[in-house]
Amino acid sequence: MDSLLNRERPPVFCPGCAHERVVAALDQTLQRLALSGDRVVIVSDIGCSGLFDTFFNTHAFHGLHGRALTYATGLKLARPELQVIVTMGDGGLGIGGAHVLSTCRRNIDLTLLVLNNFNYGMTGGQCSSTTPPEARVGSGFLNRLEKPIDICQVAGSAGAAHLTRISTYDDGLIDRMMDAIQFKGFALMDIWGVCPGRYARGNKLSPASIETELAQRPPVDHFQRQNTRAEYGAHYRDEAARLEPAAGPLRVEPRHKPPTEARCEVILLGRAGQRIVTAGELLCLAGATAGLHATQKNDYPITVLRGHSVSEIVLAREAIGFTGIDRPRAVIALAAEGVARRRRMLAALPADALVLRARGVALPETAATVVDIDFKTNRVKAPDWALATLGVLARRGEVISADMLRSALALRFKGRVLEAALAVLEKAVD
Amino acid sequence: MALTLMEGNEAIAWGALKAGCRFFAGYPITPATTVYNAMLQRLPPAGGICLQGEDEIASIGFCLGASMAGHKAMTATSGPGISLYSEQISFAVGSEIPIVIVDVQRLGPSTGSATRGADGDIQFLQWGSSGGLPVIVLAPVDVRDCIVLTMQAFNLAERFRCPVFMAANKEIAMTRETLDLEALDLPAVETRSMADPDAPFAPFAASPHAPVPAFLPIGGKRLVRQTSSTHGPDGYITTAPELIAANQDRLMRKILSAADAFTFYDCEEAPGARTLVISYGVTARAVSDAIARLAAGGNPASLLILKTLWPVPEALLRAKAAAYERIVVIEMNMGQYVREIQRILAPRDIVFYGQMNGELIRPEKVQEVIAHG
Repeated sequence: MDSLLNRERPPVFCPGCAHERVVAALDQTLQRLALSGDRVVIVSDIGCSGLFDTFFNTHAFHGLHGRALTYATGLKLARPELQVIVTMGDGGLGIGGAHVLSTCRRNIDLTLLVLNNFNYGMTGGQCSSTTPPEARVGSGFLNRLEKPIDICQVAGSAGAAHLTRISTYDDGLIDRMMDAIQFKGFALMDIWGVCPGRYARGNKLSPASIETELAQRPPVDHFQRQNTRAEYGAHYRDEAARLEPAAGPLRVEPRHKPPTEARCEVILLGRAGQRIVTAGELLCLAGATAGLHATQKNDYPITVLRGHSVSEIVLAREAIGFTGIDRPRAVIALAAEGVARRRRMLAALPADALVLRARGVALPETAATVVDIDFKTNRVKAPDWALATLGVLARRGEVISADMLRSALALRFKGRVLEAALAVLEKAVD
Repeated sequence: MALTLMEGNEAIAWGALKAGCRFFAGYPITPATTVYNAMLQRLPPAGGICLQGEDEIASIGFCLGASMAGHKAMTATSGPGISLYSEQISFAVGSEIPIVIVDVQRLGPSTGSATRGADGDIQFLQWGSSGGLPVIVLAPVDVRDCIVLTMQAFNLAERFRCPVFMAANKEIAMTRETLDLEALDLPAVETRSMADPDAPFAPFAASPHAPVPAFLPIGGKRLVRQTSSTHGPDGYITTAPELIAANQDRLMRKILSAADAFTFYDCEEAPGARTLVISYGVTARAVSDAIARLAAGGNPASLLILKTLWPVPEALLRAKAAAYERIVVIEMNMGQYVREIQRILAPRDIVFYGQMNGELIRPEKVQEVIAHG
């Protein structure tokens, strides 16, 4: 296999830069693996390691600082047959930390080469996430305050199975790189090297000192046993293949005549857990069974099991513009929390409005007709109050008919849930 | 006529699938989460991919990777997430990566109110990226637009190789509404223009007649380069001022010179009206109701609903405004798009009303503004 090096664009690193050796090693590795350029994409980060894609005749993707793994993930899932190799410095490791951890957790088949030279070479030798506290770097005293990360330990803890901590000057670099690229899952190589332009000017760092330091680091081989598992993309496709195709949107054919052709506005005032939003949806579906247009605008806080829940429904023969409620024909008041949100509107209700109220819910003074509903006698539970009240509304022929409501339930629910819902309709007493 | 009940976010997902979207990635955020839910339900069983990123930056990054592999990709978020997208948006603009970005706007600034609507990102969507180049922003009014404009957004992203935004709003996206799906007039689906894989390929080569570079996917037999760096047609870094200038000019021109072809709008001109009201998004619905009430009272006014917000439809605005004595602009923020209208119609006075209190602008308020300024 021929070299994939781009002869027109030789490396432009400082003399003595470790990166240049890694370029040569990667070229050797790709040759030994007999990979042609069209089967490989090099995704490069920012900084000196961000130049890698230009030195090779492969597919290339060079993007933003720290985000290389995000593009690589999208590419790999879209083209699983591609060999995706990411080059990143210790800078990218820091700024893109969340992506590194998540890629470890995913075990997606990418190879990440971390060109670790303990500083930000391109911007002036500032400290990075791997700079030792005793180093002299371009960030003044700031690196003395921070503990450097051992990326292999971190990545192993985050779920990476294939980890290699190695010196740029190690004779085994190509063999280890081959192992990493051939691994079916996420492989990370922490490749230590000398930055002659910046780091080595203020710090004693040599191939020999790197080797000594590496020998003192805790081993990471056990992570392979601990973390080996299905590759993310293959696993994704397996899981997806088992899914049933999603149903298309529900189409409601008109089959009933509504009690009125006039525009009707209904507001449900309740609290979380009363299935206010579901009841609102049922009203809309009921309207659709009579060929009426419907809108449902909901208002609730971000808390799931606490707080108000308000649903505003408009049913109309003509298209609906504004989706807010001006003059509700019917108000369903089931909880103080909801009532508190519309106190002013309730106080201004006209005499021909109807309020269906759960017994005991306090209302402001109103001219509207207020009908109390007794849920306790027939043991209707709070989550069914809204549905039961729709039953009362339909029985009275207000807004919707009983047929419309039954059809809506049959559209929304099936089997036992439908039977239970139909039974609830009979329970509420006004 | 059969009616379907759908919220705007489901409709956006539906439109995306109709447009051929194969890849979605997002990070959960109210009020955009249900776009993600709908895509997760529909894409994987259909052979597509739906991912939840570790954050918004990853989510859009996945999409950019997938798009360069040839997939139609979409992401969805709200104000806090669109802020995090910013740098990736610049990348998609400058490096011509097709992507549809849904911004379900919520009340800001900052984390603001997760469950309250606003149209507070309208200037941010155009200018919230570095470099200052044009983007395309479409604004849906209702659930129908959520389907049709999402399809248009994909078509435009493919046609111009650029990010296209859907400027939705909580009040459309999480509001359910009926529509007749069969009555929709759906646009034909477009795909990006492909280069000949057997011919020499420069990833950013263009000509005055074809200002959008032909595409080849990363992963095909012809090698493809993508880069966020300032590049020449070959996709390698360049410092040549003439190449850089030509590219910047092309990135601007490819969108602006074609803008008339995708100026989407509705216009209801009332005979005898002296006032033209200009609005967009969910607010246009209140304006439409207000105008109907005014007309019933013998006070006609005309309505222009903009659905393409960026590039600003300058020719349309000038042409429509010419016949009216008064121009009224109403929007759900403190006065963002009105700046564009003031700029284009200068030195005319523009009557403006904006509101940003977490509530919809009501038709009565609009009536009052139209009647009394």
